[in-house]
Amino acid sequence: MTTETSTAVEIEMITIVIDGFEITVPKGTLVIRAAEKLGIQIPRFCDHPLLDPAGACRQCLVDIEINGRAFPKPQASCTIPVENGMIVKTQLTSPVADKAQKGVMELLLINHPLDCPVCDKGGECPLQNQAMSNGRSESRFEGVKRTFDKPVPISSQVLLDRERCVLCARCTRFSEQIAGDPFITLNERGALQQVGIYENDPFNSYFSGNTVQICPVGALTGTSYRFRARPFDLVSTPSACEHCASGCSMRTDIRRGKTLRRLAGDDASVNEEWNCDKGRWAFKYVNNRERLATPMVRGDDGELHETSWPHALEVAAAGLKGKRAAVLTGGRVTLEDAYGYSKFARLALGTNDIDFRARPHTDEEASFLAAVAQTATTTYSDLDKADHVVLLGFEPEDESPIVFLRLYKKVRKGKLIITTDAPFASRGSLKLNAHRAKVSEISGLTSKSVVMVGERLAETPGALSAALELVNKSGAKIAWVPRRAGERGALQAGAISNLLPGGRPTSDNAARVDISTAWGVSTLPSDKGRSTSEILHALTLDSDDPKALDAVVIGGVDPLDISADALSQLLNTFIVSLELSHSAITAVADVVLPVAAVVEKSGTFLDWEGRARSFEKAIEESLNRSDVRILSMLADQLGASINLPTVAATRREIESLGNWDGARITFDKSAITPENSVSGNEAILTSWRQLLDLGTLQGGEDNLAGTARPATAHISVGRATKLGVTDGDLIKISNSFGSITLPVEISEMNDSDIWAPRNSINSQLMANLGAVQGVVTVVKA
Amino acid sequence: MSDNFLEPAGRKDLGLTAAANSNKPLTAEDKKESSFIKQLLGFWITFITQFKKVTTVQYPEVKEPTAERFHGRHQLNRYDDGLEKCIGCELCAWACPADAIMVEGAANTDEERFSPGERYGKVYQINYLRCVFCGLCIEACPTRALTMTNEYELADSSREKLIFEKDDLLGPLRQGMIPAPHPMYPEKDHIAYYRGEVTGSHPSQAPSGEGK
Repeated sequence: MTTETSTAVEIEMITIVIDGFEITVPKGTLVIRAAEKLGIQIPRFCDHPLLDPAGACRQCLVDIEINGRAFPKPQASCTIPVENGMIVKTQLTSPVADKAQKGVMELLLINHPLDCPVCDKGGECPLQNQAMSNGRSESRFEGVKRTFDKPVPISSQVLLDRERCVLCARCTRFSEQIAGDPFITLNERGALQQVGIYENDPFNSYFSGNTVQICPVGALTGTSYRFRARPFDLVSTPSACEHCASGCSMRTDIRRGKTLRRLAGDDASVNEEWNCDKGRWAFKYVNNRERLATPMVRGDDGELHETSWPHALEVAAAGLKGKRAAVLTGGRVTLEDAYGYSKFARLALGTNDIDFRARPHTDEEASFLAAVAQTATTTYSDLDKADHVVLLGFEPEDESPIVFLRLYKKVRKGKLIITTDAPFASRGSLKLNAHRAKVSEISGLTSKSVVMVGERLAETPGALSAALELVNKSGAKIAWVPRRAGERGALQAGAISNLLPGGRPTSDNAARVDISTAWGVSTLPSDKGRSTSEILHALTLDSDDPKALDAVVIGGVDPLDISADALSQLLNTFIVSLELSHSAITAVADVVLPVAAVVEKSGTFLDWEGRARSFEKAIEESLNRSDVRILSMLADQLGASINLPTVAATRREIESLGNWDGARITFDKSAITPENSVSGNEAILTSWRQLLDLGTLQGGEDNLAGTARPATAHISVGRATKLGVTDGDLIKISNSFGSITLPVEISEMNDSDIWAPRNSINSQLMANLGAVQGVVTVVKA
Repeated sequence: MSDNFLEPAGRKDLGLTAAANSNKPLTAEDKKESSFIKQLLGFWITFITQFKKVTTVQYPEVKEPTAERFHGRHQLNRYDDGLEKCIGCELCAWACPADAIMVEGAANTDEERFSPGERYGKVYQINYLRCVFCGLCIEACPTRALTMTNEYELADSSREKLIFEKDDLLGPLRQGMIPAPHPMYPEKDHIAYYRGEVTGSHPSQAPSGEGK
């Protein structure tokens, strides 16, 4: 296909004639693509530029002649590559092709029900459109149409109307070739051919929503959008996904101030035309019942009371003025908002005590982020060119699904080796044919290789040092892939103690002068600043203690993401919370300021590559304000203006600052911690978050939750034998903090290891075990 | 003279046109004769009209039926067992040149069924401040759920009252109809409904067995 040839040194070009027009295209181009380049549209259903050709629907028939010899019958232009001397006549110039296309359309419509009025695809349906442009104006069919029971739920998110299907096999090809989840297939033959599911394997793919989007008829529809609207009701806005750091381009469709659906946008350099189900369907959190509408202030009675903005800002300012305060931004804010927090901390609060990491973290990581991650330039195209990709503390299918799709695309063609440090072969690893190995055992990397480091690697002291050593030794590229969409942007904006915006080290005099000049202040705080856990500790200290903190400004943070006792550390301090919905933080906050959700504001996310993914406000009528606007008002109230009245102004300021060109922080290497040794019933627990779990932003979407993978604990065959359990039996995982009970799944893994999902139903590790890893005791339940 | 279209057909030429067209000024004699006859004729019409049938109606005390196909207020029709015909397809809204119709569809469930088949109109609004009574919505309706009545008294005192909701638009419950939601007629599918095979409700459709 066309994309394949782009890397070849010398691309052979071929000239053909289509409808009397000459065109020169690379060898291997399909006739239908060459015609597209001329602006000639040949009708099609099964053809999709990112899927292998199938020739299933036969709608794209054209007359072809090569060097004077014509094919006896019209040929499918979506399966035939161009050849020298080819003369193609489409429906525009060949009556034979036109008649053939009309005949195919008539055949396709024989069994297609005339239920367009109740079909969700009505109004944006390729079959409707092409039946109008390339079909007969009247039906000659008088028989009885084939009918099936409908709709069949092929998962809780996707419904199938088999009688509408034109058997183009786009969905089955997608699930096999792109997602690697061949859970749907074409069953039966002839007129009874239909899309079916494997009885024992439900269609709980993380990418099933794409099949709804590429279905050229209304055969596959999404449960949550079913019967909700027509295309003319919707106002579409290009958007970016807020759920992970993959950086998907999206389209948000709004009807009367509510998001009705989100579709994958078209961006060849990032998500191609795909996205994951979380990005597609997890948008109900915006309209949940717990959503905050007005500012609130805690009264003398200890309860939160709704109040006006001026009053809330006044109370917040009074609580922060002259106090030793810190800032926790959370990992979900946009670049502009993170920049607002960063500037607010330095100017309004006069401190470097700011950290975006709402998760377990180390100082080693802070130094890694400043020295390596902030400047990393590895991109998706580097993954396309890579010969070997090493995944460290990173599970792409769960933590950055589009990275997974890119890797799978290459693995499927047998051109990429994947090595992972995961404790067991997860479904994603199995699809990627990943070798499991410890960092110390990995070899054979070249300068084309990529080492992808997940945020989880920071949980093991010394692991980042080991990863960097591997990179330095082999010359491979490094990529830091955080899980949350806002982390790379927060790093760029300096929402961390050791960096100012643009990667300028806080400890560097010249860098501080640079920023203070831009901000129009004489000095900036030069102290070392503290991390999230140090800030939380300082909040619990006696106020006489010189290291104590009195107040904290918190963005979207879940205390259970940080540690089990984070919430208790926040109990006796003044908290200003900027939040979307009622949360554990707002329950203890003194001032709660409601902020805009992604669809209600404009902003930018930096994806893991550092690529800017800007988006504009989708819900025009929303009155909710972006974090940066609120911080700007709060700073004005404090008498230390940060001058960021709008997102646009913030964008301009960030652009004018640019990146630091001076010396960077050097990475502080840490010693690698020796592995825990375990005995008897003890095991070493590792975990990560599954893509679909109990995440805050997935709330309110039951159909999506229905396809989450069940929470199971993975253990080795050896341990299973020792415990006397088989697949599905319950085991109890406990430590001194508490315990969880999960069904067991026996996997290929070390006898000393155990794995459990981090935040799934019955398996909320931080809440139940007080830790997300470490030594636990495993017994049969 | 004969091509003067203003000349009343079948009436006697009174010479007025000829006089107006001639350059000769009217003499007193001319005026006297013609104005007398004209006045007489005028009073004659008044006199005769007293005995003609009166077409003025004392609206609003007296109301006359409109023409049979007069475009009045819309009505959302029901099947003969009371289920709604509207499937919430929004084709009426799509056809509307004045953007006066707003529809939101939803899925029927076994517990709550408003129409035969899968889909029904959950929200149905017609804004009579915008409606131009062109009837394109009627033509677009695939189930003949939307028709127009002859009712034309649509003035009201506020803008809000002129946005008609589904409840305002639904047709009256006639003999044998049970208000939706209720189950479909036993052993009949949505196609049988469409073909008119359901001519009344079945006892099993009535809520908690109080059917007729």
